[in-house]
Amino acid sequence: MALALVGQSAPTFFIGILLILIVSLNLGLLPTSGREGWQSLVLPALTLGAFAMASIARLTRSAVLEVLRADYIRTARAKGVTEALVVVKHTLKNAAVPIVTITGLQFGTLLGGAVVTETVFAWPGIGRLAIQSIYNRDYPVVQCTVFISAVLFIVINFCVDLIYGLLDPRVRAG
Amino acid sequence: MFVALLILAALAAPLIAPADPIRQSLRGRLSAPTFAGADGKAHLLGTDHLGRDVLSRVIYGARVSLLVGFAAVIVGGLLGASLGLLAGFRGGWADSMIMTLADAQLAFPFILLAIGIIAVLGPSLPTLIVVIGLSGWVTYARVLRSQVLVLRSREFVDAIHALGGSVLRVIARHVLPNVLSSLVVIATLELARAIVLEATLSFLGLGVQPPTPSWGGMVQEGREYLDSAWWISTAPGIVLMLTSIVVSRTGDWLRDLLDPTLRGE
Repeated sequence: MALALVGQSAPTFFIGILLILIVSLNLGLLPTSGREGWQSLVLPALTLGAFAMASIARLTRSAVLEVLRADYIRTARAKGVTEALVVVKHTLKNAAVPIVTITGLQFGTLLGGAVVTETVFAWPGIGRLAIQSIYNRDYPVVQCTVFISAVLFIVINFCVDLIYGLLDPRVRAG
Repeated sequence: MFVALLILAALAAPLIAPADPIRQSLRGRLSAPTFAGADGKAHLLGTDHLGRDVLSRVIYGARVSLLVGFAAVIVGGLLGASLGLLAGFRGGWADSMIMTLADAQLAFPFILLAIGIIAVLGPSLPTLIVVIGLSGWVTYARVLRSQVLVLRSREFVDAIHALGGSVLRVIARHVLPNVLSSLVVIATLELARAIVLEATLSFLGLGVQPPTPSWGGMVQEGREYLDSAWWISTAPGIVLMLTSIVVSRTGDWLRDLLDPTLRGE
């Protein structure tokens, strides 16, 4: 959980800088910035994912701990189901609803984080477009980027609501 | 401990900083961490692209970060607490309006809004404090509102009303002492968030303006020199990360301390 703590506390832009420094400059594995094929996607994705990774990890931990206490887990173990199957099929599936919820909600934070990440990695995305148009007082473009972000956020959360039905049949009746 | 050290460093910055944080030196540019630089002085964390001592700038940067952090927490706390009290006690349309506002703010990536506000008003320290303060009011308001709703229906509050005590007296003498511990916890967690948000905005060039040293701004300045002078970005970044981790750990610890029901989870 120490990794999750760092991911949740460290500022996005500094994680990006550290990754550039270690992976690109010291190890020479990936390009530092720009857009040159799939290699340029790795570091921004890791950077942007760090915060979401941390909160999802913390929530998954507490959700799984809660489910592990349930009676049906004891039953599954008693009838000789292997530990791996208990965790994947019995536990994770029942712990999934809060995890999926927070993943959907994280998407809003990701849009905000994208502004910073795209600046660090000089990635030509909608976040950088938004910030550049704010600098240039180009308000129609600002409105457009904000509108697209909001629509995306709503669509994603709608999909999350649909996924509940897949995960938990009890929700479908309601 | 670390926080106390940091506050001390920020207060005593002119005394302990080894050099003037904005004094430039062309001959001593991009010097690696050293005890004897080109200008004959020790630069324990090196110098940046204008020859300024990084260690001094980190120490002075603590002033900006802590000042903005604490001020923003006070602004956000006062606003959030009063709105939360209002929503809880008044109920009705005031309540639904304040809560709708809170939901609207939560649904939107705040950093875009912050960038927009600062771009329109122009970057300055007061603007920064108000914007960061505004970003945090929702948490206070929600917690206070829910606590007020619980407390409001308790017998001792009814008793005060029956004895002719005013609403203000109820708030000051009975509600605030009850919610103080949760307020302290939120304020600590908000402080960590405010410091990181300040650094992020400064990193984007919308926070504290050069030549005033700020951690976020220093990381941004060092970004272009990453392959030749890694220390410019790394030094303030690590201090910033440590501060954020330590402050939020303190918040978690306070919460466990003040709320025994959460212990052991």
